[in-house]
Amino acid sequence: MISDDLSVVLPEIILSVYAMLALVGAVYTGKDKAAPMLVWTTSALMLALAVWIGLTAGPTETAFGGALIDDGFARFAKVVVLASAALVMLMSQDYMRRQKTLLFEFPVLITLAVVGMMLMVSAGDLMTLYMGLELQSLALYVVAAIRRDNLKSTEAGLKYFVLGALSSGLLLYGASLTYGYSGTTLFAGILASIGDGPIGIGLLFGLVFMITGLAFKVSAVPFHMWTPDVYEGAPTPVTAFFATAPKMAAMALFARVLFDAFGSVPGDWGQVIAVLSLLSMFLGAFAGIGQRNFKRLMAYSSIAHMGFALMGLVAGTALGVQAMLVYMAIYVTMSIGTFAFIMGMQKDGQPVVDIRSLNMYASVEPLKALALMMLLFSLAGVPPFVGFFGKFYVIKAAVDGGYVWLAVAGVIASVISAFYYLRIVFYMYFGEEGDRRLDGTMPPVMWGIMMVASFAMIVGVVNLFGVEGLALAAAQTLVN
Amino acid sequence: MIGLEHYLTVAAALFVIAIFGIFVNRKNVIVILMSIELMLLSVNINLVAFSAYLGDLVGQIFTMFVLTVAAAEAAIGLAILVCFYRNRGSIAVDDVNVMKG
Repeated sequence: MISDDLSVVLPEIILSVYAMLALVGAVYTGKDKAAPMLVWTTSALMLALAVWIGLTAGPTETAFGGALIDDGFARFAKVVVLASAALVMLMSQDYMRRQKTLLFEFPVLITLAVVGMMLMVSAGDLMTLYMGLELQSLALYVVAAIRRDNLKSTEAGLKYFVLGALSSGLLLYGASLTYGYSGTTLFAGILASIGDGPIGIGLLFGLVFMITGLAFKVSAVPFHMWTPDVYEGAPTPVTAFFATAPKMAAMALFARVLFDAFGSVPGDWGQVIAVLSLLSMFLGAFAGIGQRNFKRLMAYSSIAHMGFALMGLVAGTALGVQAMLVYMAIYVTMSIGTFAFIMGMQKDGQPVVDIRSLNMYASVEPLKALALMMLLFSLAGVPPFVGFFGKFYVIKAAVDGGYVWLAVAGVIASVISAFYYLRIVFYMYFGEEGDRRLDGTMPPVMWGIMMVASFAMIVGVVNLFGVEGLALAAAQTLVN
Repeated sequence: MIGLEHYLTVAAALFVIAIFGIFVNRKNVIVILMSIELMLLSVNINLVAFSAYLGDLVGQIFTMFVLTVAAAEAAIGLAILVCFYRNRGSIAVDDVNVMKG
C-alpha cells in the first residue's frame, strides 16, 4: 500500500516539504532578514525529528518494494545526522550574523542535504543510494561556495564540485556494473545473486568502483585530496557541518553497501578497506604536523579519524559495525565542540584560524582553554577521555577480526597524530607571550555547545551515555 | 552481430576518455564539466545495454534518474564556475590555485 510506504519516509517528507515552504516563504517575506528565525525553526524541527525517530524505534520496515529500509542502523545514523546538523546550524547563526553573511538559503540547503543523508543511510537499492547521495552532494557543493563574493569560498566550491562529481561518476559506473552482473538493483537481490560466493569478475569490478566512489565521500586516502582545500576555503560554519553530518551519513552508507549488498563475501572487500584505513590514518597523522591553519589541521584530523572508523568495518562483524557507530558518534561530538571554539576565535571582530594566535591563551581564558584542551586530548585519544574509548573499540574489533597488523598500525598512527593536537595545548599553556591576543567574548550558544561537548568527553567515560548498547542494537539489524 | 560486449566496450572507452579529460586537461574548467557529462552518459550506455540484455526495465528507469541528476549537476557546476570567474577573472585550471592542496 502506498500509504504504508509513505508513512515509513514521513520524516523525510516533512523535512523536504518544510525546505520548500521555507524557501518560498523567505523569498516572499523578509529574504535575509528572515534568516535568523529560519535557522531557529529549522534546528528545532531537526531536533524534534531526531527525538521522534529515536523514541519510536520499532521493528525493521521497508518501503517501495525494498528500495528504502528503515531499520535500527538507519535510525541510529539519522539521529546523529539530524542532531549534529541542528547543533552546527545553531552555532553558525551567531558567526554568520557577525560576519554579515547569514543568507536564508543556508538553512534551506542544509535541510535538503540532511534529507539526502537520511535517504542515503536507509538506502536499500542502488537507485535510492544514488539519488540520496546526489541530493546531499548537490546541496553541499552550493553550501561550500555560499560566500559567492569570496575567492576562497568559490574555489572551495569548485574543487569540491569537480572531485565530488568525479566520485559520483565512479560510484555510478560501479553501480551499473553491479546491476548488469547481478540482474537487479536491490541490495537484497545482489546479496542473493552472489550466494555463498565466489563473487564474479563483473561484480568485483562493480564493488571496487563503488568503494572508490564512497571512499571519496568519506575522504579516505588516496581519495582525500579535496578535503584540506574545501575545509580551508569554505566558511567556518560550513566546514563544521562538513566535518560532522555528511561524514556520519557517508560512513553509514559505506557500511550499508558492504554489508547489505556484499555481506556474504567480506574477504573480497576487507583487504581493500584495510588498505584505505591504513593509508588514511598515516597520511592524516603526518600531513597534519605542518599545518598552522586550524581548519586545515582539522581536515587532516578528520582524514585520520575516518581511517579509524573504517578499521571497524574491516572485520566484517556486527561488533565491528558497532565500533564504527560508536566511533562516529564520539567523533561527531568532539568535532562539534572543537568547531564551536574555532568559530569563536576572532581578533578585532575578524575571524582568526592560525593556531599561533592561541599563544598563552590559558592565562587569559582559563576555562575555555581547559575545555579546548579536553576536546583535543579526546581527539588525540588520550586515555581518560571518551576519544580513547572510540579508538579502543575499533582496535578491539580489528584484533578480533584477525587484522592485528592494522590494529598495531592504528596505535602507531594515533601516537604520531597526538603531536599536532598536543602542540595546540602547548601553545595555550606554555607558549610565548605575543601580541596576537584573541577577543575574549564568545556568543552564548557556541560557548554552551563547546562546554557541553567537552564536559561529555569526561563524563561520558562512565557509560558513554548508553551509545554503546544502542550502537550494538543498530549494528545487529545490519549484520545478521 | 553486435552484442552486449560491444556496448560495454564503448561505454568503458567513453568512461576512460572522460577520466582523462578531467585529469590530463590543463586548459579550462568547462572541459572538465564536459568530461563529467561524458562520464555520466557512458554509464547510461552501460545501463541501457544491460537493461536490453537482461530484458529488465529497471536499468532504463535508472537511466532516467541519471539523466535528471546530470542536468541538475551541470546547472550547479556552471553556477559555481560563474561565481568563481567573477572573483578570479579566469577559468583556467592552473588558476584554481589560491589554496595549495
